[in-house]
Amino acid sequence: MHSSENIGWFNDIGLADRPTVGGKGGSLGELTRASIPVPPGFVVRTAAFERFLGALEKEEAIRPKVEALGSDQLDEITALSKYLRARLERAPLPDELNAELVAAHTELCGAGLDSPVAVRSSATTEDAEGASFAGLQDTYLWVTDAPATLRYVRSCWASLYSVPSIAYRRKYGLPESGVAMAVVVQRMVNARTAGVMFTRSPMTGDRSVVTIEGAWGLGSSVVSGEVTPDRFVIAKITGEISVRDVCDKHVQHLPAPGGGVREVETPENLRKAPCLTDAEITALKDIARKVERHYGRPQDIEWAIDHSGEILLLQSRPETVWSSKDRSPVAKPAENPLQHVMKIFGGRR
Amino acid sequence: MRATAEQKGFPLPSSLKVVPGTEAAQAAYPYYMQFAKEDDERFWFYNSMHFPEPMCVFDMITAEAAYCALGSANTRVHSLPTTLGIDCRIINGRVYIGGNAVTDPAEIAKRTQEFQRRAFYYYANWERLFAQWKDKMMALIQEAEALPKLDLPEFEPLEHVHAGRGIASNHYILQTYQKTLEGYFRMWQHHFEFLLLGYGAYLTFFDFCKKAFPEISDQTVARMVAGIEAEIFRPDDELRRLAKCAIELGVDGQFREGVSPDEIIKSMERLGKPGVAWLKELAASRYPWFNINVGDGFYHYHRSWNDDLSMPFAALPGYIANAKKGERLERQTEKLMAERKQLIADYRELLETDEERAAYDQMIELAHRVFPYVEGHKFYCEHWYTNLFFNKIREFGGLLAQHGFFPKAEDVFQLSHYELEAAIVDLMTSWSNGSPPRGVSRWPAIVRQRKAAIAEWAKHETAPALGPVPDIIDDPAIVMLWGITRENLDAWLTAGEKPDSNEIRGFAASNGVVEGVARVVKSAEEIGRLRKGDILVCQITNPSWAPVFQNISAAVSDIGGSMSHAAIVAREYGLPAVVGTGTGTQKIKDGQRIRVDGGRGVVTLLE
Repeated sequence: MHSSENIGWFNDIGLADRPTVGGKGGSLGELTRASIPVPPGFVVRTAAFERFLGALEKEEAIRPKVEALGSDQLDEITALSKYLRARLERAPLPDELNAELVAAHTELCGAGLDSPVAVRSSATTEDAEGASFAGLQDTYLWVTDAPATLRYVRSCWASLYSVPSIAYRRKYGLPESGVAMAVVVQRMVNARTAGVMFTRSPMTGDRSVVTIEGAWGLGSSVVSGEVTPDRFVIAKITGEISVRDVCDKHVQHLPAPGGGVREVETPENLRKAPCLTDAEITALKDIARKVERHYGRPQDIEWAIDHSGEILLLQSRPETVWSSKDRSPVAKPAENPLQHVMKIFGGRR
Repeated sequence: MRATAEQKGFPLPSSLKVVPGTEAAQAAYPYYMQFAKEDDERFWFYNSMHFPEPMCVFDMITAEAAYCALGSANTRVHSLPTTLGIDCRIINGRVYIGGNAVTDPAEIAKRTQEFQRRAFYYYANWERLFAQWKDKMMALIQEAEALPKLDLPEFEPLEHVHAGRGIASNHYILQTYQKTLEGYFRMWQHHFEFLLLGYGAYLTFFDFCKKAFPEISDQTVARMVAGIEAEIFRPDDELRRLAKCAIELGVDGQFREGVSPDEIIKSMERLGKPGVAWLKELAASRYPWFNINVGDGFYHYHRSWNDDLSMPFAALPGYIANAKKGERLERQTEKLMAERKQLIADYRELLETDEERAAYDQMIELAHRVFPYVEGHKFYCEHWYTNLFFNKIREFGGLLAQHGFFPKAEDVFQLSHYELEAAIVDLMTSWSNGSPPRGVSRWPAIVRQRKAAIAEWAKHETAPALGPVPDIIDDPAIVMLWGITRENLDAWLTAGEKPDSNEIRGFAASNGVVEGVARVVKSAEEIGRLRKGDILVCQITNPSWAPVFQNISAAVSDIGGSMSHAAIVAREYGLPAVVGTGTGTQKIKDGQRIRVDGGRGVVTLLE
């Protein structure tokens, strides 16, 4: 496993590498290096994108064409987007790059085994993240061979030229030369149960609890909102599980034969059964605390539990909603500590 | 707001009818506790926390003395800014109470100024005043214990005559009765000297925690504040000690199921030296630690361990077995203390700013200062003193029964304390003039009638609240002591709309989920029916029930909050518990399978 200019294995990268591996990739590397269980994988760095785009630019200009557009020229943006995306998705990779990516895929999945991977875009800036996220599919699950993997890498790259992405960049006058994208290629967990968790309450902002949402099968059913997940709240310090909302999880996402994900009905006996045991809830809480401590701030985490019961993290990013809220202190120290009791006795509570 | 409340409000007091046939029994309660027309203007709630069963007329003295003392502490002594005292009414044996809020801002300002001169002085001098309180309380207990035995001999003892005492025995009967009542009223004054201030300081910290950590459980805050060596743990600790002594003395074989305490004591005596040595240890534990009753001090029939040894003795075989298995019987106070310290430090670390940490430190310091009183007073007041009081009244009952006023000593509790004084004067007059007492032809029928009324009232459910719902509940006493909030009331108003629900809600008292067989235990005598692994369903538990917790798998109670005895002991034993369900003993059938989720405060009926 040799990282290179084009490839960064999780073991070799961290958050500091964000400019070349993106936020998602940097975070997965960071978790791996902090000994937090993450399915193995690598990042196709931005340099690979540059090389690919450079080869295409030699044939026909791309970036100057985008920069020539105004943000109000929606028809022109739409036409150019369609043209560029098709071009990026169809164009072959430069030979050397192709060989390097195939070799990395083989190393990850084992020659001839074709273990499934997930291919996910990993934006290098908050702006790019905001722009590329505008409702676009940039995560490809259960990808079962190298050719498909490379195809989806190109699809991720192409998503940089979606209509909303271009419109966004034009609106803010962002230079096209700074636009790049890294792509994560990660072994996929055949999850028995998966979901998300927050190291504070998304409802109240409480930092003393971990809120866990989960459902049967792959986590995409939870992330996409197609299933009402079970919800558990566990206290970080005492380990008390204060909420156990077990919901009717009518469908689940499972790997499809030949790649991708299919939605199937959940067997009757599992629909209303809790998807996590108390021991698993506790283990998830412990991992969540470890991640939060590592980053020093509240986290929003995707997790999965495989059929052997092993817990793996698929993603961790800083929690943003509550962290960015202005909040006045609950109480300030009083010159006379007895004054505090007036909160109870003083009335108008 | 008012309009909404009336649309969805509670019944008015005037709409509540006395159960037909019990009118005379209802009339026996003092006139100032009867509902009147003007009471329709105010909000009242059923105090099921303290009075879960219909109150016989004598026992109403517990409400009378308590509210008298609570009101004076709030209104006149400490001057709580937003509240005066509590009014109390009774209908069909059910006790309703209503707070007296202060709403005029000028009045609140004036009372606030007074409060800070009074209550703050108590907080600042807490340890000294509390030490003084214990002395006062012990002196009061000694006074009650020293009250003379009741005796009306055929002739005044010769030595009294020769000594020229000049006062005959009948006078002392009345005097002793009046002293008994006086002492009881005084005990309640002591009870409330610190109580509201103590709860207030605790709630200040509680409130902070709930704001800083909106999802923190009540029990976690309680664990941060709770004392480790509080009096309420002592009776149970004494049992463990006695179990250990029995093993060390080699007399543990005497404790077998189905053998009565009397038989065990006799067999100990027969054993000679080691048996007598154990009995000596027992005596040391009994005074004072078996002075706990099996209730909460509001019913004469909640007897103490000392009055009925079957409860403590029933627990001894279990403790002996555990000790033989090598379990450590002593509570590991150092470990518990370290855990509490760690818990406080861990939550402190989760706070966001140093400013908040400094405020947290100030508040927990105050909560720790006041809490020994909050935890400890009950042993002295509701248990020890109350047992002495009811037993003394029982003695009067014995004397009156002996003179034909009613069949049994226990019947005395069917008379109000005013009526009892009249009966005593009747008896002292009769003893003095040689005529038969008039009460002999009066009381037996009345006692029968009132007993029948209590039995009848027990069959009727009563409204949880009456009258217009207040827009806000801003009375710290009501919030602190009864946990009544606007949200509770709204829940009560809608409770009737889902009669088929198989869920019963209460306070989440101790974490964990357990499924099992419910054992509905309505009184302490039924404790023997509990089998290992059963879920205890009861109205209320108190320190005397602690031994039961070694065998059960979970606990559900009608009454109590997160700091109630059942909650504290359940946490100690690591058992799931839901307390304050209100109706658990009514809705759960004996032998039914139920699920107790102590983390959420929900009991689910499974069949």
